[in-house]
Amino acid sequence: MPRDAVVDEERISVASQRQLIWWRFRKHRLAMAGAIIVLFFYFVALFGDFLSTSDPQASEGQRSLMPPQAVHLFEGASLSPHVYAVVGQRDPDTLQRSYAVDPTRRIPVRLFAHGYEYKFLGLFTTDIHLIGTEGTPAERSLFLLGTDQQGRDIYSRLVLATRTSMLIGLTGVALSIVFGVTLGGISGYYGGVVDTVIQRVIEVLRSIPVIPLWMGLAAAMPKDWSVTQVYFALTVILSVIGWTELGRVVRGRMMQIRREDFVTAAELVGSRPRRVIFVHMVPLFASHIIAATTLALPLMIVAETSLSFLGLGLRPPSISWGVMLQQAQNVQAVALSPWMLVPVIPVVVVILAFNFLGDGLRDAADPYDL
Amino acid sequence: MLSYVGRRLALGLFTVWAVSVLSFLIIQLPQGDFVTTHMTELADSGNSSAVYEAERLRAEYGLDQPIFVQYFDWIGGVVRGEFGMSFDWNRPVADVIGDRLVLSMVVSVAAIIFTWAVALPIGVYSAVRRYSIGDYTLTFLGFLGLAVPNFLLALVLMYIGFAVFGTDVGGLFSAPYENAGWSFAKAWDLLKHLVIPAIVLGTAGAAQLIRIMRANLLDELRKPYVITARAKGLPERRVVTKYPVRVALNPFASSIGFLFPQMVSGSIVVSIVLSLPTVGPLLLRALQAQDMFLAGAIVLLLGVMTVIGTLVSDLVLMWLDPRIRHAT
Repeated sequence: MPRDAVVDEERISVASQRQLIWWRFRKHRLAMAGAIIVLFFYFVALFGDFLSTSDPQASEGQRSLMPPQAVHLFEGASLSPHVYAVVGQRDPDTLQRSYAVDPTRRIPVRLFAHGYEYKFLGLFTTDIHLIGTEGTPAERSLFLLGTDQQGRDIYSRLVLATRTSMLIGLTGVALSIVFGVTLGGISGYYGGVVDTVIQRVIEVLRSIPVIPLWMGLAAAMPKDWSVTQVYFALTVILSVIGWTELGRVVRGRMMQIRREDFVTAAELVGSRPRRVIFVHMVPLFASHIIAATTLALPLMIVAETSLSFLGLGLRPPSISWGVMLQQAQNVQAVALSPWMLVPVIPVVVVILAFNFLGDGLRDAADPYDL
Repeated sequence: MLSYVGRRLALGLFTVWAVSVLSFLIIQLPQGDFVTTHMTELADSGNSSAVYEAERLRAEYGLDQPIFVQYFDWIGGVVRGEFGMSFDWNRPVADVIGDRLVLSMVVSVAAIIFTWAVALPIGVYSAVRRYSIGDYTLTFLGFLGLAVPNFLLALVLMYIGFAVFGTDVGGLFSAPYENAGWSFAKAWDLLKHLVIPAIVLGTAGAAQLIRIMRANLLDELRKPYVITARAKGLPERRVVTKYPVRVALNPFASSIGFLFPQMVSGSIVVSIVLSLPTVGPLLLRALQAQDMFLAGAIVLLLGVMTVIGTLVSDLVLMWLDPRIRHAT
């Protein structure tokens, strides 16, 4: 055996489980890329206000459906980013609004500019934004991805929608974990009648078309509920059905280790079932739970997006990818202003990233099994 | 074998019952009942006999009864084929749904056929030419298909169809056939319109199946009998198609169990985007108008159809796979 291989072997035999998982995961290139993209999205979610340029609710009929603006980086040979003012006019015959660039009015764009006020991470009030304009407020001059029907800046809305959409996935999955681990744990630990009942429930939930069910439950939310109430009701609705996959994973693992000596030992010293399940057994396959969670997250995000898109999920003034896409329901409108489809891109990218990440985690979750 | 069929049937019945309870829940959940809504309308129009009218309507529809009595009234009606009245349309629910339910199923089945037709050859190709450029490209496309939610795919296809080809890809019938009776020409027209919804709905499922097919076939191709066949000089095509593909094919039949609910589910949102005359847009409108008997009936019928579809696929699988047939 060559020397390197021997060293490797020794390194592996003394490594902790966490290290083994990390080494295994690192080899999976797509999963690493997925992890970086997911982290980036959560970063955007966290610093959304700082990254946005305009107040996402600031609307203006005069700027309805403006196309994306070009940012010019150079002035001659020197670096001086700027945009040109855009003038809107209405065609007197067709009443169609059209926009023309006014090359005489140059608006400088700079980093760390002053804009609308917000609370940075909920800590202190500031008006510094990553990108902004000088002279005129960004709400009137800077539209990186164009504007929607109400003349609101799509870029800023997209950045803030990322927060809502990414977080609804997290809260929904957190609830699913509670349901899934508890019910799956009970099912796998006790077996017998309890197991049969829970398994049948899972089978039933999986064989029902979920979207009509979600739609029905979501539509039952009273119209006068506040944004927060709707948000939490929606996460509950999503997780009521979303826990089944996790439940199955947990049950399978529980069954595998149910007869292990350490479980019997814990029972013999008089631990109650709840302690045996949550303190002795669940931590053993925590990595599997994390992997299953990662694969469940994109489903939650898609569900929220579809429901909001249909007008049954989150409602304005909340901003999520689905709420933004609601305006893109009409083909004719989209054909005239295709930039309204922009929210499709983050949805697809984040789902792809979560899937790669989840696949990698699932492979790495069991580093001993080769 | 009989016990297997019996177990499946029992589970199917149990699922139908669970769906019926959930559908009833959907009918019951919104605050107030339809009479409240109806009365507000009457009172708005200045009708003073509203209170008396409300009492009469409540008694007529049994809304003053305890909840489980209402459930049995409703489910009893459903069994007799009476789903109640649609208040939005002012017609019996069964009339409103009409053949839209059948069209919903046609769309879902078309999507499944598309899924199989695409997944089989691509899965086989990816396994046989493993790690080739084609395999990587198809795997990546598969991942992409899995990641794009189908209603977004529909939205993008609609846009491309409209902006590039100048046609409206929505709908299931061309204008002249819309209200015409069934004929060969109409069926052909329907078939042509089914292509887009089938692609939209089937892509995600196809992506899943390709991965399953590829993994299964790869396992199978490593087995000694394949090497033997090759050593004996059988042409490669025959080596692959004669046994390994057939063995790897089993998950295709069993995939209906998860594909069918997925397709029915997806067809709702996709139908709304592509404005297909299925139950999808009907359900959305019913929910928006709080026309709960109609909404509940649609959810119930979709659930029942899904259970039947899954049951049939289980029986087909049993017929195909002796291992299931002979397991006790």
